[in-house]
Amino acid sequence: MIAADGGNWAVGAWEWAVRVTDWGVANWSYPGEPNRGIWPRLLEHMRLAYLSILIGLAVAVPLGLACARWRGVYPPVLTGVNVLYAVPSIALFFLMLPYTGFSDWTAIIPLSLYTLVILLPNVVDGLRQVPDHVRQAAVAIGYSPLRRLVTVEMPVAVPVIIAGLRVASVATISMVSVASLVGLGGLGQLILSDGFRRQFDAPIVVGIVLVVLLAFVTDALLVIAQYLLTPWTRGNGRPGGGRRARARRGATAPTGAPAGAPGAAPANPSPATAGE
Amino acid sequence: MDILNELVAWFSDPAQWSGSAGIPARLGEHVYYSLLGLLISAVIAVPIGLFTGHTGVGGFLTASLANFARALPTIGVLFLIVLAAGIGLVPVVAALVALAVPPILVNTHEGVRAVEPRLRDAALGMGMRGREVLFKLELPVATPLILIGMRTAAVQVVATATIAAYVGVGGLGRYIVDGQARQDLTMMLGGSLLVVALAVATTLLFAGLRRVLVAPGLRAESAVAR
Repeated sequence: MIAADGGNWAVGAWEWAVRVTDWGVANWSYPGEPNRGIWPRLLEHMRLAYLSILIGLAVAVPLGLACARWRGVYPPVLTGVNVLYAVPSIALFFLMLPYTGFSDWTAIIPLSLYTLVILLPNVVDGLRQVPDHVRQAAVAIGYSPLRRLVTVEMPVAVPVIIAGLRVASVATISMVSVASLVGLGGLGQLILSDGFRRQFDAPIVVGIVLVVLLAFVTDALLVIAQYLLTPWTRGNGRPGGGRRARARRGATAPTGAPAGAPGAAPANPSPATAGE
Repeated sequence: MDILNELVAWFSDPAQWSGSAGIPARLGEHVYYSLLGLLISAVIAVPIGLFTGHTGVGGFLTASLANFARALPTIGVLFLIVLAAGIGLVPVVAALVALAVPPILVNTHEGVRAVEPRLRDAALGMGMRGREVLFKLELPVATPLILIGMRTAAVQVVATATIAAYVGVGGLGRYIVDGQARQDLTMMLGGSLLVVALAVATTLLFAGLRRVLVAPGLRAESAVAR
């Protein structure tokens, strides 16, 4: 690897990168064969990851509401989710096989369960940080509990929930690849079948790069979604608004939290990290 | 519940508990790879994290590294390293190290950064200097977070060491790979259950380490924080 001079090494690396890119462009898709090529794998990857995240969110929000409402529920639920998160995904995929076979659910059920460990605490924390005087004001002007929830409490919780979604989605997108070992896995299939089984590096590199890109693009979309969903957090000169928004973000966003905080999926969840 | 009976039969077969393909031997291999990977990672990541945390150099870099590492698909990293370096213990451990370093590094860095300035002021006021502040104040205070990073890394390493069987080495993943090759569902599930047990045991081990290594005065406080 360490060539006699740096020039040779750089030329070699450049040629390698060109070769990998060429392979990626040449195999992007095959007209007439909708199931071959990189593009169908990318679509499958997005389907598995996004469905898992959405199902996780659909479970986490009502569960989080219940946990915020009845305090006794939260500790046992949180412990259960954390124990589940200690189970490596590869093992869970195989343990699902007798029940779900080779359908998408073999990947989606474990992956949505993993998202709960990040999403649930964020939903609960988000709801709990609604200031008491705000809640009382809503009651005083005659809001019903449901209306209060939808128009007052949920909006306040949105930034925290999206912060959790960002971590959960990056983790899920990278974990989908592991499902290739049970015959699913989107870009993981590319890495395993086209790359490793054929001892060919280009598909592996293309797969890794696309997974990372997909994760970053999804993360950026969530940042934009938060910007659009929470117009009141944008500092617009009114005293207090921007400052409070910043304080809230600083207090809860898992992105800045240490790797162990409830924001550290494969890289670092607060509870036991789900392994891959 | 046929499959449960078969699993019980698989686990209670005495042949399963001896020999080089027996559960104790496979478990030993798995623990060996994982421990080796984790120890090397800790030796690399903890000193660097202490340095960057203490001096404040490279904070942005470690945060970016953690984000990037979180997005990396582990099987891709493992397969790529093995493809480049060949099959064997060294490439597998190298892949495990590549996966375990970021969480440990980031947690160490953040742990040291999170030490309250007034504590640091107090240490300076008591006459401690650079290295003393680091080892007598910052390291103990950061220990809970470092342990969380190690636990995160350890569970990930245990999980990824399973995939190492796909590249031709031993460990509990062999049951999954061989079971897949022989269409033997019981063997695959048995192997998966063993991996689950090992991962849960790893988590418990770190809960125990936390009791031993974290100073009593810090334990109550960080329990609240968590």
